[in-house]
Amino acid sequence: MNKGVIIPGRTVQKIEPVNFLSPSRTLSGLNPYAGPFSTNEIIHLLKRTMFGAKKSDVDYFTSRSLNQVVNELLSPTAPDPGPPVKEYITTTQPGSKPDDNVIRGTTWVNDFNGDGSVQSQRRASYKKWWTGVLINQNRSIREKMIFLWTDHFGNEASDIGNANWVYQQHNLVRQHYLGNFKQMVRSMTIDYAMLRYLNGYLNTAVAPDENYGRELQELFTVGKGSGSQYTEQDVKEAAKVLTGWRLNGTTYQSFFDTTKHSTGNKQFSSFYNNTVITGRTGATAGDLELNDLLNMIFAKNEVAKFIVRKFYRWFVYYEIDAATEANVISPLADIFRNNNFEIKPVLSALFKSEHFFDVLNQGCIIKTPADLVIGSMRELNVAMPASSDWDTSYGHWNTLYSFMVNMGLNLHDPPNVAGMPAYYQEPLFHEIWITADSLPKRNQFTDLMTNTGYTRNSFKMQFDFVAYAKMLPNPGNPNDLIDDTLKYTYRISLSPQVKQQVKTQLLLSNQQYDYYWTNAWAAYIASPTTANFTIINTRLKDLFRYLMDLSEYQLS
Amino acid sequence: MKRREFLEKSLAVTLPALIAGYSVKAFNENSPLVKAFIENGTNTDHVLVIVQLSGGNDGLNMVIPISTHNLYNAARSNIAISQNKILTLNGYTNTGLHPSMTGLQRMYNDTKLKVIQAVGYPQPNFSHFRATDIWMSASNSTQEVYTGWAGRYLNYEYPNFPNGYPNSSMTDPLAIQIGSTASLTTQGPTVNMAMSITSATSFYQLINGTDDPVPATKAGKELSYIRNVAKQTQQYAGSITTAAAKVTAQNPYPTNNSLADQLKIVARLVKGGLKTRVYMVSFGGFDTHSLQTTATDTTVGNHATLLGKVSDAVKAFQDDLVYLGIEDRVVGMTFSEFGRRIKSNSSVGTDHGAAAPMFVFGKAVQGGVLGDNPTIPAVASVNDNIPMQYDFRSIYSTLLEKWFCLPKETVQGLFPQNINGQLQDLPLIKGGVCNSSVPNPSGKSLISNYPNPFTNKTTIAFTTEGGHTLIQIMDSTGRLIANLLEKDYPVGATIPQTITFDASHLANGMYYARLQNGATQQVRSMLKVR
Repeated sequence: MNKGVIIPGRTVQKIEPVNFLSPSRTLSGLNPYAGPFSTNEIIHLLKRTMFGAKKSDVDYFTSRSLNQVVNELLSPTAPDPGPPVKEYITTTQPGSKPDDNVIRGTTWVNDFNGDGSVQSQRRASYKKWWTGVLINQNRSIREKMIFLWTDHFGNEASDIGNANWVYQQHNLVRQHYLGNFKQMVRSMTIDYAMLRYLNGYLNTAVAPDENYGRELQELFTVGKGSGSQYTEQDVKEAAKVLTGWRLNGTTYQSFFDTTKHSTGNKQFSSFYNNTVITGRTGATAGDLELNDLLNMIFAKNEVAKFIVRKFYRWFVYYEIDAATEANVISPLADIFRNNNFEIKPVLSALFKSEHFFDVLNQGCIIKTPADLVIGSMRELNVAMPASSDWDTSYGHWNTLYSFMVNMGLNLHDPPNVAGMPAYYQEPLFHEIWITADSLPKRNQFTDLMTNTGYTRNSFKMQFDFVAYAKMLPNPGNPNDLIDDTLKYTYRISLSPQVKQQVKTQLLLSNQQYDYYWTNAWAAYIASPTTANFTIINTRLKDLFRYLMDLSEYQLS
Repeated sequence: MKRREFLEKSLAVTLPALIAGYSVKAFNENSPLVKAFIENGTNTDHVLVIVQLSGGNDGLNMVIPISTHNLYNAARSNIAISQNKILTLNGYTNTGLHPSMTGLQRMYNDTKLKVIQAVGYPQPNFSHFRATDIWMSASNSTQEVYTGWAGRYLNYEYPNFPNGYPNSSMTDPLAIQIGSTASLTTQGPTVNMAMSITSATSFYQLINGTDDPVPATKAGKELSYIRNVAKQTQQYAGSITTAAAKVTAQNPYPTNNSLADQLKIVARLVKGGLKTRVYMVSFGGFDTHSLQTTATDTTVGNHATLLGKVSDAVKAFQDDLVYLGIEDRVVGMTFSEFGRRIKSNSSVGTDHGAAAPMFVFGKAVQGGVLGDNPTIPAVASVNDNIPMQYDFRSIYSTLLEKWFCLPKETVQGLFPQNINGQLQDLPLIKGGVCNSSVPNPSGKSLISNYPNPFTNKTTIAFTTEGGHTLIQIMDSTGRLIANLLEKDYPVGATIPQTITFDASHLANGMYYARLQNGATQQVRSMLKVR
């Protein structure tokens, strides 16, 4: 009996679970999608490009064509959010610089303070603020892209330390998220926080530090797929190109120091066609050599493919088979290169394609903690404190942020520079989000927000299912109520038997007739007394608690 | 149909299908023979704790050469530990430990710590992520393997997991990862064999929902996955909390030490009676490109703090195992995705390197230092790496054979074919730990054989409580070869017996001896070689 496992040889062999049904393969490609563009397709598109599909957003797009919707999602017009404010109470240690320059309720982003405990509070403030920005996102892809790129560059705020630098980096992403990828990499290379995080500021002619030179290639541009064959020599030579970038601790700006720059020629391997980057001297040496380096790297076809595969894993699914590589990845990479690494044309082609709307590609993404937490809050239209009430707002955002941390997502603090494992770790990818530890915490979150919610300064943040039901077309009919709920918030529906069971047990309290619910709803609408409210609210809570604890709710 | 006839028929039909990897549920899972095969884990109560030091630990500043200290010092003067600060090892003057590792020094001197020098693999990879995957999958450098070495081992011991589990002989998770993510180390061919937990005492109750059928789409695949995690969580939460509740006192652990926190949970669960074989813990921060030590004192700084925590945590864990009386059952090992360069950089740090030392610890460990101090060139250049002395797969294979008591041939099947001939038997574990009588999952070992593997004959020892007693021999395809023994013993006292199995007329390969006595049964694997 051979119970031992034969390890696959050199050929990369994907192992499919034998006890699960093999997922269906699809040959669809980038042809423009010509099928029906109905509520289902709008919800699919919104769930993938935003955090949750809010019913008001779905309604807004319902009268528009696919092209109009995608174009609008890719053309954010709303102004950028205001900066984070000092909502914390300073706990500066004796002997260190106090945080007195900033009044509570005003922003700290322009005040430079190197104190460790102040910066720790500011990092927390930044993360609460970002959570609030996600909650209040406008009808566009913007916040999903900022989330994606922050993960792509993989910086750890806790390692960078200084929240001012972290916020500067956040703004850098906010500037480039739908612009030119090559330009974003260039800016990121000499970003203050990045120079700090990957030791670029210590990379000098006499002591080259390879950290950034390696990750620039492995994680940020050409990747480590089979089409990427850069060598250790290329890592070392790239590090030399990048010598001399330093940090000004007073202005929080990076600058180029000619005396620290390695002025010799840099010889790259055959993977880069034996390119020699000419060593330079003088004030422009750093800029010119960085341009040469990025031109050399971006000349590799693999760069576009690597980034497009990343988009694919974020927006479609994590498995990329040969058909998908040929029909989707390669043509999208061509678009990326032909448009000189502009991001928008690639996403536009993807989101308008028959591949994206292929039914086999719907409902198969496991929600990130942010999609679960932020998405639930948005889809259920949970009322939040007025934005002027920063103390209450930050307290609530902190609660939501903490839930995401418990589920394995710490904004701007991935486990390491590779970012979140869900986007690179073979073979599980997205499935890494769901473990015996994190799945119960996901249920705990929806249960808590259903049962008691969270209260701060007398403001209670809680799922309001009565308000949600009122948004639906026919909440007085228990069958329609369940059908519409599933339609708007689920990607996999339930069988008629289960729906019947859920209706009877939870909405009808085991009564036989639908009119029991219809009458209770009508009574509440006619006379919204506490008693009438409680009757329907209790049953809606039971229904939603059950539905949100189902495994189906974790899919997007 | 006569009973024997039925057995032969069901053996011929059922077992090959089962072994081919199909779900046990397709057959009668209550059939004693099917159960016998599900419950065919090697009879051991040994536990392995895998300690991952992520980031690439600078091994040269952890296990420090004394005999070649001048070369070491010349290569990395800005971070080198001066000779008089190095912790010395009893009876071994060539090498010492980082000054912050007093706990491990004690363990070494108590022969509870094995130091293995310069562990690596041919063609080292310098990417954190590829190198980690290589260490966890035990693949070759140029090969991508999507299962973990411990996952393949557990898949061998517990085929078909999670179908048919938990069952009467394996009531507990096969592996436990402390933390909230899943590791490639424990990835099996179909599912991850480890359950991830962050607490042993509190589990949130999941609902027992009605499961609709799963659609044959990608969404269906993911839905199955989530439901499976939910199901396992429900199934195992009880056994974990029950085990934890049995342990109300432990020896003290250091505070502010996340590795110690994790190991404390491990000790508690082992003592609490979980049959879990493999535990994974991890500790990060070893990517010391800069400020590895302070500029003024090389014995303190980031790396010293990390090593001190590792040493304190492992020592406290070992002391706790003694306190809990389970020291015989637990062996641990540390690994990191790579070591660092011989020459330091001028950021007072070190860049990504290659081979590095590993620790194997526990009472069952043969103490001492294995291997020589790393070769250090007289004038180290920035590219110089420590040459490998031991392939890391030899450490894994030795632990599987000498600690988890697997036959060598089985162990080889768990590694890439091309290195099978190169796997070394290393002196890591004391002799005899696999021969000693260990309690079986239901409390005691009822059937064993010696020698195993064997050439022609082997002696089967078994215990009957009296009454009808049957020993059947089956071959690897599940065919019944013989009823070696079938007789009635006087009921009452436990009676140890032996009987010889003569296989001289049979082909080489795996055979199973199945003991049936009253309601109990047990299967022993026996390997015929040469």
